[in-house]
Amino acid sequence: MYEMIAFYVFAVSTTILFAITAMSKNVLYAMTSLAAGMVIISGFFFLLGADFLGVVQLIVYVGAVMALYAFAMMFFDATRDIKEKHGNPALVFLLGGLMALIFVVIFSAPIIGENVKANYPIVEGIGNAQAVGMVLFTKYLVPFEVAAVMLLVAMIAGIILAGKKMDHSLTTSDDEPVEYEDELLKENK
Amino acid sequence: MEATMLPEVTAGGVIIKAVLILAVISAIAGFGTYIERKVLAFMQRRLGPQHVGPYGLLQIIADGIKLFTKEDIIPQHANKLVFAVAPAITAATAFIALAAVPVFPDFTIPEWIPVLGGIFVPSIASDVNVGILFVLGMMAAGLYGPLLAGMAQANKWGILGSARTAIQFLSYEVVTGLSILAPIMMVGSLSFVDFNDGYNDNGLWLIVYQPVAFVLFLIAGYAETNRTPFDLLEHEAEIISGYVTEYSGMRWGMFFIGEYANMITIGVIASVVFLGGYNDFWIIPGWLMIIGKIAFMFFLMLWVRASWPHVRPDQLMWLCWKVLMPVAVINVVITGIVMMV
Repeated sequence: MYEMIAFYVFAVSTTILFAITAMSKNVLYAMTSLAAGMVIISGFFFLLGADFLGVVQLIVYVGAVMALYAFAMMFFDATRDIKEKHGNPALVFLLGGLMALIFVVIFSAPIIGENVKANYPIVEGIGNAQAVGMVLFTKYLVPFEVAAVMLLVAMIAGIILAGKKMDHSLTTSDDEPVEYEDELLKENK
Repeated sequence: MEATMLPEVTAGGVIIKAVLILAVISAIAGFGTYIERKVLAFMQRRLGPQHVGPYGLLQIIADGIKLFTKEDIIPQHANKLVFAVAPAITAATAFIALAAVPVFPDFTIPEWIPVLGGIFVPSIASDVNVGILFVLGMMAAGLYGPLLAGMAQANKWGILGSARTAIQFLSYEVVTGLSILAPIMMVGSLSFVDFNDGYNDNGLWLIVYQPVAFVLFLIAGYAETNRTPFDLLEHEAEIISGYVTEYSGMRWGMFFIGEYANMITIGVIASVVFLGGYNDFWIIPGWLMIIGKIAFMFFLMLWVRASWPHVRPDQLMWLCWKVLMPVAVINVVITGIVMMV
């Protein structure tokens, strides 16, 4: 009973929040509702008894949206609406609608066929974290390692792209601040 | 796991626990401002508040009246909805985090008390078995308060404050996780109750085995609660008041209730994970021990505030990424090797 109520509350608020994310012209509203929606999705995991995944959802996605915020702050004036470019609204509508339809069919087909069963059901007495760790380090070890290598590659690439003047701190440079100002001016001209 | 037969946790017990936490923490959060001023004053050879009531004790009530009756101003060009919601995010997440934190030991209300007699009150309002991650995640979500407040108020100082919020979050988050990872490896669980009971098994506080992790966690915790060495978000001398520049009255007050609640949460986590939790110590009962430990952690924060100047944002990033994170990783690796050998 309580689970039903909680599920519908979460479901409705997630849908509304993500609709705001997609439709709003204000960056501040879009990002805020994205973050709030991510928090509420973790509620579904808690309802299903997957505490660990719920908390991971909280930490990872909420933190990731925080990083997005940091970028948005640099590029947009958060208090003003942005003008969207609609090149071909009919095509966007068609493609978006088709994609949504395909996803709904893909995910609801097994439910209609009543073919859904848990590969790794929750076991009494074994914590969520242990169960996830067990599966992750036995059956899914290779994908796990590949993901780790991918992240490492991305990190190294990021450091190389950003790290050219990393040893030189803009905040503490007393000796040659003029050089940087000149460079910026040249680029603007 | 179920060796000792615990009385059944009823809805009544959980509600009593929630009310207890809310009442106690809100009261302490209000009283904390008075203690903070008084302690800082004594450390700086001043007197602190002393005109309202004996020893200035009624200063809290005077402050409360001031906060409640102050005009609530929303700037003209601000994004009104987000501006209004932001303080609530800080306060709400701080108290949600407290739902999964054990504050007092389990106890049963004595039979002679009318109505409530005989109800078993658990140590945690909600014992999720990943409690420690939940609390840290919820506290991290609390940073959306300052972030949104700064961006919504159409004020340059506010934007600077929220930019600093973002870099502060990206700095300390890694250190918090890695520093708490070594104790988690030793206990083998993410539940606060297991951390507390782990003390019973070997008889020594975890700080004895993990002094490095303790110090790292405290530093990251001070960054998380915006305490003084890392109070970049609102540093008066640099950015007026940062994210709270345009706030007044109770909206401003909610930010600070949230901040004090977070200070207490960090104090509770440090006490339960590293300092033996709410176990009885010699003849001192457990509930008194945990209050003493939390009070000491609170005092330590004030002590640090009185002793250290605040750091620049780039110094914070340098500290977190180039010093604390490598130390934390080495600590985790050494803990792993010692446990395996």
